[in-house]
Amino acid sequence: MSAGRLRVPARARRGEVIEIRLLLEHPMENGFRRDTLGRAVPKNIINTLVARYDGREILRAEFGTGIAANPYLAFFTRATASGEVVVSWVDDAGLAGEVRAPIEVG
Amino acid sequence: MRRRRFLQISGAGVAAVALPLRAQQLLPAHDLQPLIRGIAGAAEPMPGRIRIVLPQLAENGNSVPLEIRVDSPMTATDHVRSVHVFAERNPRPLVASFRFGPDAGRTQLTTRIRLAGSQRVVALAVLSDGSCWTDGAEVVVTSAACLDEMSL
Repeated sequence: MSAGRLRVPARARRGEVIEIRLLLEHPMENGFRRDTLGRAVPKNIINTLVARYDGREILRAEFGTGIAANPYLAFFTRATASGEVVVSWVDDAGLAGEVRAPIEVG
Repeated sequence: MRRRRFLQISGAGVAAVALPLRAQQLLPAHDLQPLIRGIAGAAEPMPGRIRIVLPQLAENGNSVPLEIRVDSPMTATDHVRSVHVFAERNPRPLVASFRFGPDAGRTQLTTRIRLAGSQRVVALAVLSDGSCWTDGAEVVVTSAACLDEMSL
């Protein structure tokens, strides 16, 4: 239900600032919409997203209903050691997702 | 007489065209001050160090590209703690909050937001020394998000 794509450079020099790009598949229902039968569609958004690199938290995002459907997020981090970038999230329905990508630092 | 009749008809036409524009402004702007004060605490937000980049004109309020940059060395002692985004005419004005680790390297992020009509979008950065910085941008939205179904 909620999948994601994560893009990080495969290799980086130590100390280099690298861009991490993330695209999630999620309707981000804001709770104001009605379906074709006029029933209110309950609010269901990805409310929390955490990015970790080599075990350390590099970004924590708390989303509101003002984030567009299929959230896109690009941010930066400093390449310190070879390791994995792990992004995990959870929505209002309690559904969690996770994407990972390795990075080699030389 | 004919001229008066023409004016009446054309006047009605102008009103009909103006109506959808007015419909977009149904929601009054939230006062962001209590929200900002709740995050900034005693610190007075100052202009500078943070920059918010949005298109001046957005055709579709459902997805408006947003970029935020904060000028900071991002070291263990001097870094950006958090960045918050507010849209005063959205039904829920707090769009998102981002918390950074000191290793972020560069505090710059890009995302896509929803805007329920033309409005001012405000960003607030809280730094590790407790200082707060703010910036805002006006966006004209041709087709608003969120409220379309509600206002019908």
